[in-house]
Formats: sequence, structure tokens, C-alpha cells
Amino acid sequence: MVAVLEERDVMTSVETTKGNAMPAVDISGVNLVFQTADTPVYALADVNLTIPRGEFVSFIGPSGCGKTTLLRVIADLQQVTGGEVRVNGVSPQTARLDRAYGYVFQAPALYPWRSILRNITLPLEIIGLPKAERLARAKRVLDLVNLTGFEKKFPWQLSGGMQQRVSIARALSVDPELLLMDEPFGALDEIIRDHLNEQLLDLWRRTGKTLLFVTHSIPEAVFLSTKIVVMSPRPGRIIDVIDSNLPRDRKLDIRETPEFVAIAHRVREGLRAGHSYDDQHV
Amino acid sequence: MPGTAMMTSMSEWHSVRTMLTRLAKGATLPVATVLLFILALWYAGAVKLNAPLVQDQYERAGRGSWAWSELVSDTMTMERPILPAPHQVLLELDRSVLQTAITSRRSLVYHAWVTLESALFGFALGTLLGIGLAIMIVHVASLQRALMPWIIASQTVPILAIAPMIVVVLGSLGLVGLLPKAIISAYLCFFPVTISMVKGLTSPEPIQLDLMRTYSASTTQTLRYLRLPASLPFLFAGLKVAISLAVVGAIVGELPTGAQAGLGARLLAGSYYGQTVQIWSALIMASILAGGCVGLIGGIQRGLNRRFGGAA
Repeated sequence: MVAVLEERDVMTSVETTKGNAMPAVDISGVNLVFQTADTPVYALADVNLTIPRGEFVSFIGPSGCGKTTLLRVIADLQQVTGGEVRVNGVSPQTARLDRAYGYVFQAPALYPWRSILRNITLPLEIIGLPKAERLARAKRVLDLVNLTGFEKKFPWQLSGGMQQRVSIARALSVDPELLLMDEPFGALDEIIRDHLNEQLLDLWRRTGKTLLFVTHSIPEAVFLSTKIVVMSPRPGRIIDVIDSNLPRDRKLDIRETPEFVAIAHRVREGLRAGHSYDDQHV
Repeated sequence: MPGTAMMTSMSEWHSVRTMLTRLAKGATLPVATVLLFILALWYAGAVKLNAPLVQDQYERAGRGSWAWSELVSDTMTMERPILPAPHQVLLELDRSVLQTAITSRRSLVYHAWVTLESALFGFALGTLLGIGLAIMIVHVASLQRALMPWIIASQTVPILAIAPMIVVVLGSLGLVGLLPKAIISAYLCFFPVTISMVKGLTSPEPIQLDLMRTYSASTTQTLRYLRLPASLPFLFAGLKVAISLAVVGAIVGELPTGAQAGLGARLLAGSYYGQTVQIWSALIMASILAGGCVGLIGGIQRGLNRRFGGAA
């Protein structure tokens, strides 16, 4: 507890000196080794990355490349075995205790015994906001994800896509500066996915939040991101970081432009390079 | 009017047929079949088991010959049969439940109420203890190892052996009447509650627990908002077992106390005087009591289900 308090003090001083220039996430020399029964598994190896505020960053790579692990490290759901991670200039633990981020999981992870409204107000109840404030915020975020009118329904009465939108609304209800999303649309069909991608992009533009988005779809990564982080497995590491030159205001048909195709090509090259490297090792 | 008669018989036939279809589709037919089978078995058993006694009576009376029909009907009208016939038990129930004022010591309702009181009190104690133990076991890893062997050992001791000791120990402390019986009930029924609650409290998926962690929820908040609601279906499964055990515990508790009232006292008195009809009607009453209690728990569960979107 004392350590946490000290870290909070450090955070305040860092904020006053650096102000808004401080990156949302700063990762330097991070390693993560899982000790399994027979051999150690290198989930992350020498990962360095700086994410400025307000960016939409996608992490792309094949399964097992450590992209989810990296997100969990930032969220303090997993501990690194080496290197340093700073979230808003403080340790992930302090950031988590400060409720600095919202996390959207691969599955909606709604609580089946709670109505949609009460699922969304769950984090607000935990924070201890008064009821009127909780309801006002729930109304706002439900409107953001186009689910007004579904307050009284229970999760099982909603489709998979709607459930995932509820889980996004739940993450937004806390109004965090940083939104971590782990393949939120992975289980959905492409039509719904396109639609949700547009909505998400719109949301990001309107709120100016920093978004970290894990995916294994190249079009999704290129369409959404201002920065694309290409990763490769065994050991999980960063192959390429691509800064997108696409305008922030995009529509789905941007996917047919040469600029889009060029970025997608570079992502694909990166993924391929990662794989051949992997083959040499196996 | 032959036409009308035929119309009537046709519409009757139609209604009979819909009734039969309904019987075949619903649960009524299987339920009725099982009930009839049990009754038939019971009657057959009564005739078979009581026949030797009746034959002895015939011999003592010096009767050389008797008709089978006479024998069968005599096996069902004995005052102290080895196995009373179902209708004898029903008549006794009618006499001691409906024909007797419920304040009377001869009313089975009065005795059932005495048993129910301590069963419900014991159930409440046992449930609280069971939930409390489960919460401790789930949160403190070392307690799982420290407590579980004792919890399991407690249930391997036959309740008939431990009940008199509980009564004697509590009696020496000046605790008599309802409490010792309730404690025996609690001793029996905390176990299914603990086991089901440990299972229920650990039932949340890792992702649901991770979610709580991202909110930096405290252990108490995780318990309140996630573990407890998630454990409800498990809790109710345990509660249904627990409440019927609570009734058993209360009855067993009434045996060594030499209690003057309660279904256990009725059973004891019945066996002293060889009143098998009284014993069986007390047994039926006990199962009606336990069944009613289980039904009540089920009703509460259905009520909660409506509130929690079918997740209780």
C-alpha cells in the first residue's frame, strides 16, 4: 500500500513536468517468460514501443505472437519478467488501481444475471458513483453504441454483436482515457464487423481516446489504425511498426484506395517475414 | 332420438380421445404409472408379509379352512400389521390430521409443526455455517486443506451415533428443547451447502474475474458482484438437499431426547407399542413435510430466476 502511494506521488510530479506530452503507454525492453513443466515459453522478447496519446494502435500477428499478452501486461493482468512498462507515466498496477483504462475482452463477458443496464453500471457501482450519475452515464454510452431501448433485456436475449457492443459500452462508461480491446470483433461475421469498425472509428474520433486494438485481420488493422504494430511468434516480438498516412476521417470504401492497399501490403510482408524467421528456428 | 345419442357418444369419444392424447404427451401418464406401480407393490407386500400372522390367528382359533379372499382382506384390517396397507395409513392420516384439532397432542399436524420448527431453525443455522465455511475456503487457500478433511469426516460419523452425544453435552450446558434438535439438523445440512457453495463461488470464468481486476474491485466487491450471484444455481441445488436433511436431523434429534412431541417422538412411541400404522403415517407426514420444504426452496429459486434473467 505504501509503495502504491509513493508511486502515485511520482505520477503527479511526472504529470506536472511533462503534461500532455507524456505517452499513453511506454514499453521498454519487455520480456515475459512463462515457466512451463518442460521448457520455458518466451511469450514476449525485447519489446520496445511508445504509444502517444490519442492514437489508434492495432497489434496484428498470428496466434501465439504475444499480442494479447502484451495487452494484458499493459492492463496489469499479467506481470513481465523483465523490462519496464509505463501507463500514463506510472506502473501498470498504479494505472489499474487508478482505473486509467477500459478493457474489452475477446468474449463479451457480460454477467448473465444482470440486465444490460446493470451490466453497464457494474463498474460504476464498484467505483461508488451515485445512482443518478450511473444511470446518466449508462444512457450516454448505450446511445454511443446504438443500443438505446435494450436496458431491460438480459444478455442471452441479444445477438453476439450486440453483446459485444454492450461490453464496449461498459468499458466506456468509466470514461477512461485509454481503451484496450482484445479482438473484440473476432467472433463476429464480416458484415457486422465492418459496421462495428465504422462505429468504433467514429467513437474514437469523437472522444479522442487512445485505443489499443488486438486483431488478426489485416483489413481491420489497416482500416482502423493510425499505427500498426506487426508481431511474430516464438518468441513474441515486434517485427514492424507502421505509421498510417490515411486520413483520420475514413469510410469503408477507403479500402479500395492505393494507399490502403500499400499499407496492407507492408503489413502482409511483415507477417510473412515473421513467419520465415519462425521456420528457420523450427 | 338415436341421432342425438350418437352425437353425444361421438363428442364424448372425442373428449376422451383428447384426454388420452394429453395424458400421453404430458407428465401425467408416467407419474400415474409409477404411483400405481408403487401402490400395487405396497399392497402385494402387505398381503405377503401379514399373511403368516393372520394364518397363525386362524390356527389359534382352531380354524382348519379359510378362503383366500378372506385371508387377503384380513391382512389389510389388522391392528398391528407388519406392513400396513396404504388405505390403512391414509385412514390414520385422515384421523390424526383432519379429524383432530391441530392443538391436540394427538394431531399429527401438531407434531409435524414441532419438527418443522427445529428443522427450519437448524436449516437456517446450517445454511449460514455452510456459506460462511465456503467463503472462507474459497478465499484462504490454506483453509481448504485445513478444514476440508474435518468437514468430510464430520459426515462420515453416523448421525444416530453423534445425536445423543450432542443432546447430552448441550443438556449439561442447560440447553434443552428446540436448540439441540436444531443443532443436529444444522450438523447434517451445512455439508451440502458448503460443498455446493465452494463449487459455486469458484464457478466464475477467468475472463469474468479478469474483468473485476480491471475495475480494481476489492475482494469483497468481487464476492458481492460476481462470486455470490454466480453461485446461486449451485446454492439452490445444495439447499434442496440440505432442507430435507434438516427434517431428517430434527426427527433423529427427537429420538434420544425422549421428546414428548414431534414426528420423531411419534415414531418412537409407535415402535414402543408396535403401532405400525402410526409409524407409517408419521413417516408419510415426514416425507410430505420434506417435500413441501424442497418445493418451497424451488419456488424461491423460480422467483429469483425471474429477477435475474434465468441465471439463478
